[in-house]
Amino acid sequence: MNLPEREAAVRRMLEQVPQPPVPSDLYGEVVRRGGRMQRRRTVARRLLWLALFIAAVAFVVWATTARPWVEPPSETTPPLTGW
Amino acid sequence: MVRERRASQGVRRTREFEAFMAGAAGRLLHTATLLTAEPRDANPRARRLLTLALAHTYASWDRLHGEDPYDSARRELAARFQHAAWHRYGSFGRQRPSPDNVLARLRPQERLVLVLRLYEGVAEEQAAALLGLPTERVRAICARAMATLLHPPRGPAPTRVEVAPS
Repeated sequence: MNLPEREAAVRRMLEQVPQPPVPSDLYGEVVRRGGRMQRRRTVARRLLWLALFIAAVAFVVWATTARPWVEPPSETTPPLTGW
Repeated sequence: MVRERRASQGVRRTREFEAFMAGAAGRLLHTATLLTAEPRDANPRARRLLTLALAHTYASWDRLHGEDPYDSARRELAARFQHAAWHRYGSFGRQRPSPDNVLARLRPQERLVLVLRLYEGVAEEQAAALLGLPTERVRAICARAMATLLHPPRGPAPTRVEVAPS
């Protein structure tokens, strides 16, 4: 038997297995679980955005108060003597 | 306004998903039952696998963006079965072959490749990408599984104690 014939024979063997009946509560269970999964994802996404927003606000507040880009006043000025 | 739109989207999604499940659940359950090699009427593992895979498809329904939901559900089903087979190899990987199911003679990975390739008609390259295996390996596993199915080992016949009617 060559490859296509063997494949066809196995395919027939698989098709011959009788199809199981679909349980009647499958749809409800799927929607229940899937809905819960989706709600959790939505909550997680919102929390992440909220954390990002808080971090951005905190950075802006810190930057405007600390002004890290301003050159700090020199602390090594030579003493002004002799005039 | 936003709430109304979201509600109508939910209704549309529910309707679409219901139609999808009416068409696909039977075949997918058959696939799952072939994978777990359970009998037709007692397939709790196949039902559980299918429920989780379909729930995942339902949850990501709005993000499919034109992808076939059947492909998505099948991919999820295969991934979950592979994961379970990997982690619980000892318990059902070396299942005792039950005489009424031919697929029970195969190992879980062989069943997965065989069912994807021949029952679901997934191309070799796609099955390889799905399972994270090289294409040659998928071909080899499929060939071995077919050989096992077509030429069953001639071991000792299963001895069954027949109770003679008195």
